[in-house]
Amino acid sequence: MKIAIASGKGGTGKTTLSTNLASYLSENNKVVLCDLDVEEPNSALFLKTEIIHQEKKYKGIPEWNKNTCTLCGNCQEVCNYHAVIQLGDTIMVFPELCHSCYACSDLCPTNSLPMINNETGTLTHFKTNTFDFVESRLKIGEEQAVPLIKQTLKYIDNNFSDEFHKIYDSPPGTSCPVIESTKNADFVILITEPTPFGFNDVKIAIETMKALNKNFGIVINRYGVGNDDVINYCKKNNIPVLAKIPNKKEIAELYSKGELLWNKIPEVKTELENIKNFIFSNIKN
Amino acid sequence: MKIAFTTKGTEWESKIDSRFGRANYFVFYDEDTQELSSINNKDNENDAHGAGPKAAQILFNNKAQVLITGNGPGGNASTILEKIGVVCYIEAQEITIKEAYNLFKEGKLKKFY
Repeated sequence: MKIAIASGKGGTGKTTLSTNLASYLSENNKVVLCDLDVEEPNSALFLKTEIIHQEKKYKGIPEWNKNTCTLCGNCQEVCNYHAVIQLGDTIMVFPELCHSCYACSDLCPTNSLPMINNETGTLTHFKTNTFDFVESRLKIGEEQAVPLIKQTLKYIDNNFSDEFHKIYDSPPGTSCPVIESTKNADFVILITEPTPFGFNDVKIAIETMKALNKNFGIVINRYGVGNDDVINYCKKNNIPVLAKIPNKKEIAELYSKGELLWNKIPEVKTELENIKNFIFSNIKN
Repeated sequence: MKIAFTTKGTEWESKIDSRFGRANYFVFYDEDTQELSSINNKDNENDAHGAGPKAAQILFNNKAQVLITGNGPGGNASTILEKIGVVCYIEAQEITIKEAYNLFKEGKLKKFY
């Protein structure tokens, strides 16, 4: 089963939930946790890990060969992102705008825009005591997260059978990196906090998941602060609230030390159990 | 000399659009022939990426030598504009094309590059 944990708003507890859920489920299941927030991966901060494999990741960017180019202009016409621009007898390529779709390169009649590998980041495969953990980290200066997220998901698919529960710690927001991280999940958990900011952003995330036709539910973190807007909204719209993680100083203290919560705070374990029961009874493996 | 303006309309009295890549129109004034022409750029407004380079290409194709705009083009567009030698003036805000042109002739617009 593939479970993605997303949020809309940043800082609502995606990583807290991902790491604790992975650790909790790994008591009785095969689990791999994957940190897909490649722009700022932080699951590793909460885990005791040992590296078992590391690889650099690349994406192709076209490089113009002026000696064979016939200046037909096909390349700039097929580029949706204006990453390839023809200026008279020159073709300019803007690597930061390129989405590595290969259209310009494949449709060039004289192969004058070969795709050249550019490093985008590093994938690392770790082991913890009870589960596997894979993280990808975008290279500093690289603007696009999606190609690396895509390759990381492929690594998970190639290395872990369907027996594994795959937990994806997704990026915040609702833009392309989030779509990429959640689109193949069997279930998406949207974690929010019961504040006006949390409410505003989770509504956008809910709309996004509806547009993707996802099976999803809400987890409320720091329950006890703010107001009941999120709960009332979920009730009104028949959106399941899977769990409410209480707002407790103890949780903040453990978090600040980079420790997991579920084995030290019974309420957290109970809430994880609620999440597990809901997902396992609603989704067939 | 051919001068390009980023604008909200196509007449001398139209306002300058302070954006570059996503400006509503590009208006060109050819000082030699004294002709005013324009290109509708509204399609570019919805481009998620690359509006700047696309707009710079429009300036190139129309042989503009000077650009008068508001905020100033971004990095990608500037790479092209500097390469093709377009001289760029900025901070023409909330004024008409005519007023911007006059300020330019009086040397009162800020040169970006």
